[in-house]
Amino acid sequence: MKFIIAIIKPFKLDEVREALGAIGVAGMTVSEVKGFGRQKGQTEIYRGAEYSTNMLPKVKIEVAAPDDLAPKIVETIQQVASTEAIGDGKIFVLDLASAVRIRTGEAGDTAL
Amino acid sequence: MMNRKLIGGIGATVASLAVSTAAWAQAAGPIKASDAAFAAAQAGMVNKGDTTWMLICSALVLMMSIPGLALFYGGLVRAKNMLSVCMQVFMIVSVAGLMWACIGYSMAFTSGGSPLPAVFGGLSKAFLMGVDGTTLGATFSNNVYLPELSFVVFQMTFAMITPALIVGAFAERVKFSALMVFVVLWSIVVYYPMAHMVWYWAGPDYLVDAPTDYGLLWGWGALDFAGGTVVHINAGIAGLVGCLVIGKRTGYPKEPMPPHSLVMTMIGASLLWVGWFGFNAGSNLEANGVTAVAFINTMLATCAAAVSWSLVEHFHHGKASMLGAATGAVAGLVAITPAAGYGAPMTSIVLGFVVSPVCYLFVAKVKNALGYDDSLDVFGVHCIGGIIGAIATGIVAAPSLGGQGVFDYTQFPAAFDASTYSISTQVITQIKAVLFTLVYSGVLSAVLYFIIDKTMGLRPSVEDENVGLDISSHGERAYNM
Repeated sequence: MKFIIAIIKPFKLDEVREALGAIGVAGMTVSEVKGFGRQKGQTEIYRGAEYSTNMLPKVKIEVAAPDDLAPKIVETIQQVASTEAIGDGKIFVLDLASAVRIRTGEAGDTAL
Repeated sequence: MMNRKLIGGIGATVASLAVSTAAWAQAAGPIKASDAAFAAAQAGMVNKGDTTWMLICSALVLMMSIPGLALFYGGLVRAKNMLSVCMQVFMIVSVAGLMWACIGYSMAFTSGGSPLPAVFGGLSKAFLMGVDGTTLGATFSNNVYLPELSFVVFQMTFAMITPALIVGAFAERVKFSALMVFVVLWSIVVYYPMAHMVWYWAGPDYLVDAPTDYGLLWGWGALDFAGGTVVHINAGIAGLVGCLVIGKRTGYPKEPMPPHSLVMTMIGASLLWVGWFGFNAGSNLEANGVTAVAFINTMLATCAAAVSWSLVEHFHHGKASMLGAATGAVAGLVAITPAAGYGAPMTSIVLGFVVSPVCYLFVAKVKNALGYDDSLDVFGVHCIGGIIGAIATGIVAAPSLGGQGVFDYTQFPAAFDASTYSISTQVITQIKAVLFTLVYSGVLSAVLYFIIDKTMGLRPSVEDENVGLDISSHGERAYNM
């Protein structure tokens, strides 16, 4: 099993969710996060007081998937979330040791 | 002499409700207060439309403070201080209302029994003694009266919002208990005397028989239709002095302190705009043509100031901001306040266009250059905007520019002669009134801050400030999510 974490631009969330649904992803967890990478921050001006914010708002998607589906998920997110501009985000893939469905106690791939 | 807000200080009480309106109607013209027929006719000089209008205006001005000002300020602070600002405004409104009924109204709008009747009033109407549903207050017209309680409550809402304006200057770093003590003392020492000096006079039916019964600045001939000196310059300079005495917010200006919700600020500014019609048009004390003049002037100056602030930002930064538009609107409202019932629609537009660039200069440049931390720009918007409006009032009031001019209340009935109006003389009088207000309010506010700082302390601990005043002062947070 793999655990996939993708940091994407917030406005790409709906497209990514639909595309993942279409390839058979049954669930995901989404959070609003802030962070920085190579993309420069933005400047905000309030009554002439300038603040440069280096933490930009992003959306974090977490998906647990069986090994065979994981490459397809990564590929889909990469393609759908891309605007080919700096700041599109990153995808991280981790090995997942176990998964348990709380309602039934099922474990492993069947819990996903 | 000039017209302005007023109350019939000496003889406003109706002796009897057994009124002979018929006798009044048959009289050839207005009746002098000293005439035998006056007392009998006076209760018939109250108009239901005027009374209705003034009561509605009182509610509108309350809406300016809560929720208008509370949201306007609240949106500009960080989320951890949101409730502290709301609570400061809410409690100032409540305390100032009680104080107005107990001593404020009497100190501002009477003159008898005072050792310095030109500066502050006596205590003859303390606790609203002798004021009831039958007593009357004067307007700007001969033989037109209001129920006195409607004037009491209208003026009460001004006494509520003025100290509430000050808190923006030292938002996010003031001790709640110390602030409330300050507001009580400041109302007595600064606000009531200022209201008395600018707005108290005997009234159009009485002045002719009591030609020196007026406040100091009214006697100079200073024009302040709805509170440029009394409210905005007064609160603005008190705010500046306060932020200097209290000092900067911890971390200012290195840490970013962006507004936490400009949506709330926009809602607050819009409520201020709507409520301001009660403030400005209501200050005519009657529902008539001049009321409509004050109303449309308020509307147009505000539109113009919102547009000109946005244009300045567009040319300076390339982007016009919502905060800028809201700030510009408030600057326009402040500037038109003293001029509302004196100017004309087109001169009001010019005034609105002029005020925003000047206020912008203060909030965006002068503040940073001098390094004071006027958190929400009470000085830059209210004091500077108030000064521009107060001085411009001397210009836009000129009948030659379509203005309303001033009435001579030393004659009976009050006379109007457009040819006697001199712009230069009036502007000099306006400047004198501005300087007086800056010095009077600035010095006495400084003394009060100093005394409170040395006795109970004005600032919370740095730790309390870092946690946020919502939790440290009030034990609650604005947003539980």
